[in-house]
Amino acid sequence: MINLTVNGVQHALDIDPSTPLLYALRNDLHLHGAKFGCGLGQCGACSVIVGDRAAFSCLIPVSSIGSRAVRTIESLGTADRPGLLQKSFIEHQAAQCGYCIAGMIMRAQALLDRNPQPTERELREHMEPNLCRCGTHMRILAAIRDVAHLPAPDAASHGGTQ
Amino acid sequence: MTRKPELLVVGGVVILAALIVATLLMWEPAIAPIQPPPASSFDAQTKLAGARVVALGDCIVCHTARGGKPFAGGLPLATPFGTIYATNITPDVETGIGGWSLEAFTRAVRHGVSRDGHLLYPAFPYIHFTRMSDGDISAAYAYLMTREPVNANAPANELIFPLNFRPLLAFWNVLFLHPGEQAADASKDAGWNRGKLLVDGPGHCASCHSPLNTIGGEKSGHAFDGGIVDGWEAPPLNALGAAPKPWTREQLVMYLRSGRASEHGAAAGPMLAVTRDLATVPEEDVNAIAAYILSIQKAQPAVANASADVATHGKPSPAAQRGAFLFAASCAQCHGPAAPMQSIGERPTLAFSTAVNAPTSRNTAQMILSGNGWHGEDSMNYMPAFSEVYDDRQIADLASYIRATYSQRGPWNDVEATVAKVREENKAR
Repeated sequence: MINLTVNGVQHALDIDPSTPLLYALRNDLHLHGAKFGCGLGQCGACSVIVGDRAAFSCLIPVSSIGSRAVRTIESLGTADRPGLLQKSFIEHQAAQCGYCIAGMIMRAQALLDRNPQPTERELREHMEPNLCRCGTHMRILAAIRDVAHLPAPDAASHGGTQ
Repeated sequence: MTRKPELLVVGGVVILAALIVATLLMWEPAIAPIQPPPASSFDAQTKLAGARVVALGDCIVCHTARGGKPFAGGLPLATPFGTIYATNITPDVETGIGGWSLEAFTRAVRHGVSRDGHLLYPAFPYIHFTRMSDGDISAAYAYLMTREPVNANAPANELIFPLNFRPLLAFWNVLFLHPGEQAADASKDAGWNRGKLLVDGPGHCASCHSPLNTIGGEKSGHAFDGGIVDGWEAPPLNALGAAPKPWTREQLVMYLRSGRASEHGAAAGPMLAVTRDLATVPEEDVNAIAAYILSIQKAQPAVANASADVATHGKPSPAAQRGAFLFAASCAQCHGPAAPMQSIGERPTLAFSTAVNAPTSRNTAQMILSGNGWHGEDSMNYMPAFSEVYDDRQIADLASYIRATYSQRGPWNDVEATVAKVREENKAR
């Protein structure tokens, strides 16, 4: 039996210990926010929070989680009552196809939990592993900045924004 | 009774003489600053030749901070004696080398002396650069003096006492600096001599690939025996036959020019940046480097291959079991036998990996902890980092599992302690 605490709820799952966390979340717990993108840790669509760190859930086996709490985007809010980051992503229309967004938000959440007021540089470095194939990065960053009370960077020094 | 004062006098004279010698040794004059020469004073061919020398010397690797302007310095270099920040070598007059004459530049490269006369720390590999020809040094000067000037002061060094007192470097130089251009070995052909010059001169390979003694000099008689730099083991360059597939010239050239060898693995850590530079120089230079490196191999004792029964007989230990689970989920997508990465682009199996077959677990631990980051648009060598998701024991389980599964060599000792040590060192960088 594999014991997992996901979004504050404990689960005992009878699954192979080497099952990637993402598969358990989606197939066994029916939490479909985190997405399967590349399966190689290259895109970040599967990002969730494990303990207090953003993690590629496609790459970590359920048996390695131990007592660390897992948080997925479902823990942040609902369609009716979106969380702060979710609301900001909506306001900034940061999603194009939307496939990467759950991962983007969870990676950003991990940063803000630890460091509520990051610098622009910290924000960019932290978000770097997650890719958006539609190219909405500028809107994604703007949405996170709003929640982090971070001023928009000088357009000249960052090659323009939106 | 009368001898005591005499002794005192003699002693005093000896001490005074020693002080004079020391002062003479430590004192270097300033070379007068110049008006930066106009870019038009350097011809295109010389600048091109300089670009080649500067790439062979990997200058940009240390002299560029993360996210910083090229050659503007500021990169912290962690040494056992504290942190040194690379200086600005753009032609900015105030903070760079804009006011340096060719004479001042040559003295710095050959003797480790700054324009104003202060001694440079040997993190700047002048003990190797001194082997370069005057032509190469002046070409490098032409190239650097025509880069974009950047006004940027490097942060102050943070070194332990007394090493923060630069004049003491004069004594270090007596031991380790043997200035002067490399003399050709007439008994060898031009290709070999060119390779030796590139390796010992601009390439300064021995700086990282040799063990250092307690005062940070390369241990004499142990050049290319392998060293440790930036938390990575720089493998020995004189034991290339000990690899599971002995290195060939073709593989070395492929590795040095592309950052990946199909029978060994991908460059990581500081070596990755070196391969980026070597990708830009003519292939003949890299051929010469590879041929020379292959000519300095030491006779190696046969590597004792462990009998395979350690890993395969009996029930796997709990640690091996945990390692197997971690490998299946975290590694097999790329490194497993059926992974597309194994069949695309000539990527080697872990069984050939230099790190996996190394005498210690350091590089395997470092690779799992740090991964291999994105490098601009080139994602070929990318590997995610696992330091934030796995603890020391998990990474040790994984490393030990990989060693037992892919290498014929015996198990590593104290892997968890190595992981903890590397993780701690990484925090300081």
